[in-house]
Amino acid sequence: MPEPKIVVKNIEKIFGKNVDKARRLVESGTPKNEILEQTGCAVGVFDASFEVYEGETLVIMGLSGSGKSTLIRCINRLHNPTRGKVTVDGTDVTKLNDEELRRIRQEKFAMVFQRFALLPHRTILENAAFGLELQEMELEKRQEKARDALKLVGLEGWENVYPEQLSGGMQQRVGLARALAVDTDILLMDEAFSALDPLIRAEMQDELLALEDRVQKTIIFITHDLDEALKIGDRIVLMKDARIVQIGTPEEILKEPATEYVKRFVENVDMTKVLSANDVMLKAASVTVGKDGPRTALHMMKERGISNLFAVDKSRRLRGIIAADDAEKAVKEKAKSIEHIILDHEAYKVQPDTPLEEIMPLMVDLHVPVAVVDEDNKLVGIIVRGSILAGLTTKENDETTETA
Amino acid sequence: MVDIKIGEYVELIIDKIAYNCEPVFDGITAGVEWIVTGLQGILNFPHPIIITVLFTLLAYWLLARPYGAFTKQGWKAGRGIVIFIFVGMFLIGGMGFWEETMQTLALVIASALISLVIGIPTGIVASRSDRFEQMVRPVLDLMQTMPAFVYLIPAILFFSVGNVPGVVATVVFALPPGVRLTDLGIREVQEDVIEAARAFGCTDRQLLFKVQIPLAMTTIMAGVNQVIMLSLSMVVIASMVGAAGLGERVYTGILQADIGLGFEAGLGIVIIAIFLDRITQALGVKKSTTS
Repeated sequence: MPEPKIVVKNIEKIFGKNVDKARRLVESGTPKNEILEQTGCAVGVFDASFEVYEGETLVIMGLSGSGKSTLIRCINRLHNPTRGKVTVDGTDVTKLNDEELRRIRQEKFAMVFQRFALLPHRTILENAAFGLELQEMELEKRQEKARDALKLVGLEGWENVYPEQLSGGMQQRVGLARALAVDTDILLMDEAFSALDPLIRAEMQDELLALEDRVQKTIIFITHDLDEALKIGDRIVLMKDARIVQIGTPEEILKEPATEYVKRFVENVDMTKVLSANDVMLKAASVTVGKDGPRTALHMMKERGISNLFAVDKSRRLRGIIAADDAEKAVKEKAKSIEHIILDHEAYKVQPDTPLEEIMPLMVDLHVPVAVVDEDNKLVGIIVRGSILAGLTTKENDETTETA
Repeated sequence: MVDIKIGEYVELIIDKIAYNCEPVFDGITAGVEWIVTGLQGILNFPHPIIITVLFTLLAYWLLARPYGAFTKQGWKAGRGIVIFIFVGMFLIGGMGFWEETMQTLALVIASALISLVIGIPTGIVASRSDRFEQMVRPVLDLMQTMPAFVYLIPAILFFSVGNVPGVVATVVFALPPGVRLTDLGIREVQEDVIEAARAFGCTDRQLLFKVQIPLAMTTIMAGVNQVIMLSLSMVVIASMVGAAGLGERVYTGILQADIGLGFEAGLGIVIIAIFLDRITQALGVKKSTTS
């Protein structure tokens, strides 16, 4: 594993004066609202630890009030954590003085906000250049960079209008441009798309994903929307009541929810978006062209009770599919080779990481299995209707066995 | 009965201050006098027509600017003030109050300037410190609610008679809204914009000048408008300690029971008031972005 870009260690943020007492209460398992009653302290985040790696998109997700916004603010110290350590590229952010903190905010962090937080009295260009202006970069240079950033988010030509003239989605693009213009390694996105309507939101998510390919950024993304988390996140940190309840890849979280809470949370997720071919494919039975004859093929099909079989060459590259009827005919004709009965199968090949969402429509009209091939066109597995159903219901089965 | 002699103590303190701080007051007197006479000189020097035209242009530009000065919309917004100033100034000249009007204007501008120079920075400090705000608030309440005549007594003691005690009493009376609205405007700036500026690594100074003050500008300008209007409302009272101008004519009207004189001078004050109100309100209007 490479060195993490950001290390968050035992971060705690308790708002209020009676921090020690509140901490003891949290440790003894007292719920947040009781602590608030007894001490007047609000527990924002308690004992949060995780790492973020270079180029990774980490999603912190939880319902409102779960402490995710507080947590992200502890990283660039918009909130001062009451305990714990945040290390960015080896620098302990919690120990910096005001001047050093300002510098690290300028050099390392850029942030995008839920309610855009643009300056209404400035044009789009001036807004996008704001971060650079704070760094006292000269006018022409910063405008040039701001223009580039605006181009990146598709706002070319809007430089001289004011934020209130733009739609929410466009305003957030300006927010994103402002964050990209300063060209920091780390992007903090606090519910960046939550205020947008669903269509624009999906569009922005896609663009963020596309952007990630073009600009190498380490992103910490906050959301309360699991679908968004699953779509964007390389890994997800799940929070509840100021604590982290699970950290893992989207799949890990969906397949092995660590607690009852996570399980309930993920219940309503559309699994077809999460699972990929890899998760539902079966081991492929196949015949090898040039080695196996039609008799072998027919035998295999009969044994397995299937009516189609994939044919591969000697290095397991997919050649096509053989139907039982054709194989039977070939046997009757006493053919030695299966070469001439292979049907071309280009259209029904998918990659292991193809999401189920895209495979399902293929299956509808298809009477043969879908082949899963790797980048060398080598057959790694097959998907039949039954395997998809099995994949989708696994989660529920687990649940029943556990609760039983 | 308990006999509390606050009056006596205040008198004692005022006497002591008047006696001990004479050089300070002399300095203030000289400074204020210089500003007022300077302004009066400037306003009374050119021909009334020139002043009228300059005022008209200024007012038109301020009112039409949000829509673009040379557009149809701009003319629509600004034509009222143009007509008003021409008619108003003609009336004032015709009533023979030109010089007094300019004196009053000089007093109001001087008082408002001094009030704002003190008030806006005080408001900025108050917006950044809850403790300071709590200290300042009762003082402002006292300044605003104490009958304005009461300021005149120590003002005379400190600054003798004439324009200066008038300006000082006016400043005391007109200052509070400048402080309050600056404070309020800055405190009302949305938290998320401030957070954004902080997240991008701004200094306190950058935050104040690039974010807070620009966004509080509308409210601050409402304060400026209030300060000017309150200054104007003090001119009659200030004339009781010898401040020159329309107030003095009103005061003479009262003393001589001269209804005509009182009304004419009062009308002059109203014209000035409307003129100042409209142009200072226009200061707070943001540039229209739909053009």
